[in-house]
This record gives sequence, structure tokens and C-alpha cells, in this order.
Amino acid sequence: MEFLRQATWSPYLVGFAIGVLSWLSFLISRKALGTSTSYARTSGMIWQKYDRDLVLNMKYYQQYLPEIDWQWMLVIGIIIGSFISSLLSGEFSLTFLPVTEFESVLNQNFLGRIFSALAGGMLVGFGARWSGGCPSGHGISGTLQLSLSSWIAAICFFISGIAVALLLY
Amino acid sequence: MTAEKKSRLIKGLITGIIFGFLLQRGGATRYNVIIGQLMLQDFTVVKIIVTAIITGMIGIYFLLDRGLVELSPKNHSLRQVIPGGLIFGVGFALLGYCPGTIAGAAGQGSLDALIPGLIGITLGSGLYARFHENFEELLVKGSFEKPTLPERWKINHWKIIIPLAGILLALLLLLEFSGL
Repeated sequence: MEFLRQATWSPYLVGFAIGVLSWLSFLISRKALGTSTSYARTSGMIWQKYDRDLVLNMKYYQQYLPEIDWQWMLVIGIIIGSFISSLLSGEFSLTFLPVTEFESVLNQNFLGRIFSALAGGMLVGFGARWSGGCPSGHGISGTLQLSLSSWIAAICFFISGIAVALLLY
Repeated sequence: MTAEKKSRLIKGLITGIIFGFLLQRGGATRYNVIIGQLMLQDFTVVKIIVTAIITGMIGIYFLLDRGLVELSPKNHSLRQVIPGGLIFGVGFALLGYCPGTIAGAAGQGSLDALIPGLIGITLGSGLYARFHENFEELLVKGSFEKPTLPERWKINHWKIIIPLAGILLALLLLLEFSGL
């Protein structure tokens, strides 16, 4: 029980468990772990409430239907799993400004954080769709299948992420 | 909804609950840990990803050899993964979360993730979907004929997995011994 209440587990233990989860996901669901397509489906689901014909005619949404699927439920599951984990360890807390040692107007000022989260989120969403994945889909699932394009994508995520972070903070 | 579809959705939900629990417990849903990684001061994220790749790669190819799983490797062109990946990275540094860990951050009570962060990702994804058809032809051009390295190099996958696992393990040891 003590183990379940620890604030953090070793990253190696967590990485190993995510690796095992990827086996189970392939075996049981015939799917690779990934998250970012779900946000495109969500935008389509919301958008089609306003202009159904436009959305149904978009090539992207013909390929990725604006509906709830296995991966969309996985994203909902992540929210629930993290909620359970943070409740058990006592780490759950409602905060808007992140606690960080890299203080900046982008994370310690209310408007600054709205800007950085909204603009950063838009670039993350746009970039993930452009590259076809995210650190889960490319960075874990693609690389472990030895997909060359996923290795390149994962390296690109970190190259510009590191460069921009070093400039900003 | 058919029973089959319902069972798929439940499988996705359960997989996600475990994934979210692990991401949160590993510290990867914290802004400070992700920015710390990009600042090259906290290597938690790299340790999690690299360990998951080593474990996942050995297990998945072991299962593949026994015919128990089918691969579904992503195959995108350089015109997709390079510019798309670089744009992603800029957003990653501003947002401090990725599409998986932001959901976990929302679950642990980080409202910056739940409100502006998720709105931003959903808007950005919708924007891409809107312009996808205008650029699709240009972007998809130059996709690799064979998505995976063993297919490209026409060698047995274990001849890649074993040395690659060795290199990744050496990287983890190097991080530990340099105190990172």
C-alpha cells in the first residue's frame, strides 16, 4: 500500500510498465498507444455542430471521422488514471500557474500563462497533425516498431523544444 | 452501438486509465518536469521514453515472430515529420505538456492544461484539418516505400533491435553515471 501512495515512481519502472502496456495494447486492442488524433476528432465533433456539411466534406474528417473511437476513450482514460494516481499520492491540487523552477512571465503571470498554454497548444495540435503523431504515437509506439519516420519526428520534437526552451527560460 | 464497438471503447478506456496513472506517477504530467527536460536539467522524460522503447520493441517483435500481433508502423514523409515535428517542439516548449501528458495534467488538477491548453490543441488540430487538403499532395510526396528499418535494410529485425537496445541502455547508464 505504501508503494501506491509514493509521490513518484522510478522513471525506469514507469517506462518498463508503459512498454508492457504497449504489448497488451497490441495484443488486446490491436492498436498502438497514441493520443493526438483524438484532438482532431474532437475539433470535428464540435465543428460539425455549427456546419455539418463543411465538416463532412473535408477530406481530413473523411479519413479521420469526427467520432468517439478507441483512442479517444484512451485520452479520457488518461485523465481518469492521472486523477486516481494524484488522489492516492496526495499530489492532486487545483492550480492554474504551474509550480516551476523555470520562472517566467509565460508561467507565473495569469495572462502570460493563458497565452503560452493557448498558443503553445495550438502549435502542438497543428504540429502533431502535420507530422502525424506526438511523443506517444511517434515517440513511443512508432519508434518501438522501428519506423524511420517516427524516429525522425521524435528527434525533431525535442530539437526545437530544447532550442525554444533554452531561449525562453 | 454494437457490442463489439462498445468493447473496443472500454478497452481504450482501461488502457488509458493505466497509461494516465503511469504518466502521472512517473512525473511526466508535471510542467516543471517537462520544461526541466527541455532545459536539459531533468531527464525523467527521456528515461521513461527510452525505457518504454527498449521494453516495447523487444516485446512487440517477440510477439510478431510468434504471429500474435501485427505491426502498424507510421509512415510519413520527411515533409511531414520534419516541419511538423519542429512546429510541435515550439509549442511543446510554450505549453509544457504534450498531447498525452496534457490529459494527465488536467486529471491532476492543472487548470492551465485543462482550459487554455486543451482549447489550444483542439483549435490547432482543427486548423490543420481545415488546410490538410490544400497541402496534402505536396506533403505526402516522398513517403518512404518501406516504413520500418528492417524492411528498408532488408535484414532480420533482431540485428537492429539488439544493437539499438544496447545503445539506448548505454545512454541510460551514461545519464545515471553523470548524475542526471
